[in-house]
Amino acid sequence: MARFFILFRREVASTFHQPIAYVVLFFFLMITGFNFHAGISLLNNGRGTTTVVEAFFNTMYFWFPFLLVFPFTTMRVFAEESKMGTIETLMTAPVRDSQVVLAKYAGALFFYLVLWAPSLLYFVTFQAVTGMNAAGAVGSYIGAYSILILMGMLYTAIGCLASALTDNQIVAAMISFAAILALFFIGLLSFVMPATGSLVREATYYFSPIEHMMDFSRGVVDSRPVVFYTSSTLLVLFATLHVFQYRRWKS
Amino acid sequence: MVKVEKLTKKFGANTAVDSIDFEVQKGEIVGFLGPNGAGKSTTMKMLAGFLPPTSGTAEVAGCDVFRDSLRAREHIGYMPENVPLYTDMRVSEFLRYRASLKGVPGRRLRERISDVLELCGLEDVEKKMISRLSKGYRQRVGLADAMVHEPDLLILDEPTIGLDPNQIRLVRDLIRNLRRHHTILISTHILPEVEMLCSRVIIINNGRIEALDTPQNLRARLGQAGHVLFDARVPDARAAAADLRKLEGVQTVSIRNDGPWSIFKIQCTPGHDPRETIYQFAVEKNWPVRELSRPPVSLEQVFAEVTNVEEL
Repeated sequence: MARFFILFRREVASTFHQPIAYVVLFFFLMITGFNFHAGISLLNNGRGTTTVVEAFFNTMYFWFPFLLVFPFTTMRVFAEESKMGTIETLMTAPVRDSQVVLAKYAGALFFYLVLWAPSLLYFVTFQAVTGMNAAGAVGSYIGAYSILILMGMLYTAIGCLASALTDNQIVAAMISFAAILALFFIGLLSFVMPATGSLVREATYYFSPIEHMMDFSRGVVDSRPVVFYTSSTLLVLFATLHVFQYRRWKS
Repeated sequence: MVKVEKLTKKFGANTAVDSIDFEVQKGEIVGFLGPNGAGKSTTMKMLAGFLPPTSGTAEVAGCDVFRDSLRAREHIGYMPENVPLYTDMRVSEFLRYRASLKGVPGRRLRERISDVLELCGLEDVEKKMISRLSKGYRQRVGLADAMVHEPDLLILDEPTIGLDPNQIRLVRDLIRNLRRHHTILISTHILPEVEMLCSRVIIINNGRIEALDTPQNLRARLGQAGHVLFDARVPDARAAAADLRKLEGVQTVSIRNDGPWSIFKIQCTPGHDPRETIYQFAVEKNWPVRELSRPPVSLEQVFAEVTNVEEL
């Protein structure tokens, strides 16, 4: 456990040692800030009947930075070490492969959380300025942020797997972006399909981040997405561990 | 300290290391000598626990490197070829991270880090970013990293490659000083380096051990392979060559002309260094001498010799 924290701290430090982290943070905040503005405008124009929290998490300006950020948070975790050769010194230290994979995953997830943390300030600011409630109930916050974390867990794991597959960061970014986008579009099918009774619609609901977010940001915490995201995260992490070991054995 | 038995590594159809056996005693410095692609790095990676073997076993400090990898790794300090480092860290920060990762307890961290900083001459650059360090300093940071957890065995893969002669000397001195506390396995393709540092040499080629002996014995066995270059202005080159051939320790002499100068390439008899005799002779004859040297034996020659010996 001590080794995990040493590795984790190193991951976090190396993330924030890179200028790219701040570039990503800057653009991410800009886009989410704009998204907040867009959500408020939507409500101002009276076209939405939802709360601010719901509006914020369900515009297309939300999905754009959300989906785009994972390649940036994960592409370097394994690829960079393979490329620089530091993987050799890392793996000849007395640490388990699983500790390394978990620490790297946790480091990437931590960066993702750091990116989203400032968004809470938007709602605080909104309440301070307008004196109105940003959410219908606290459950709305809990729901929205827990699904944000759950989806982040899976997509970060996918990004880590992509990074473990190659020693080229660009390739890693492209693989993870393609995979995450594919998952997103499968979920989109649930909107295209006929409303009820369709098997495809039922099935795609399980993948659909949009559907999950709509429910959760309303404060409806459904256990099915929770199970889906945790179990598939574990599956992808397990695959990452094996890819990581295989590469090590092969090289 | 190290015990290797029938260690084999195949990459597909290509056998990189072919059933090698050797042992290293505590406190020895053993040199791995061989051309590029001979299997030195692969062997070292296997010993360090980075690569698993196709078959065979290896033991370090009583721990099986493959079955009991984590425990074995605690006894090993490994410095890979090209010394990969985290360039975004400062030297002391990097060493602190590596030391704690390798299980140096918190209360000993400070002491260990200042020890290795001093030992490797890194005090001046302690606070510098690794990305700003010269190659020589990086090499020393790599060494400091390898020994920061006081391993019993140091595995150093070409520690002097790409350094300038001064840096090479520094690193060599450093390694020589380490012998008191560590058993060292070092790979190189520079022959003089092996002679200066190692108590024993393993010559490896095409994945097989071609020779395993002390440098002195190896030299004797290799018949002191080599020749002496003698560059002088002599009145009659042919007569001079005939005279030189009569000297002790001289086998054959060939001549090349360079204006008024004659360059004699003198093949020596095994175990002899005829340079002194040649010098005395030249003085006697009053020949102006431009050069009298013995070019270092190149690796190719050694290998040629080794294979010849094996064939006999």
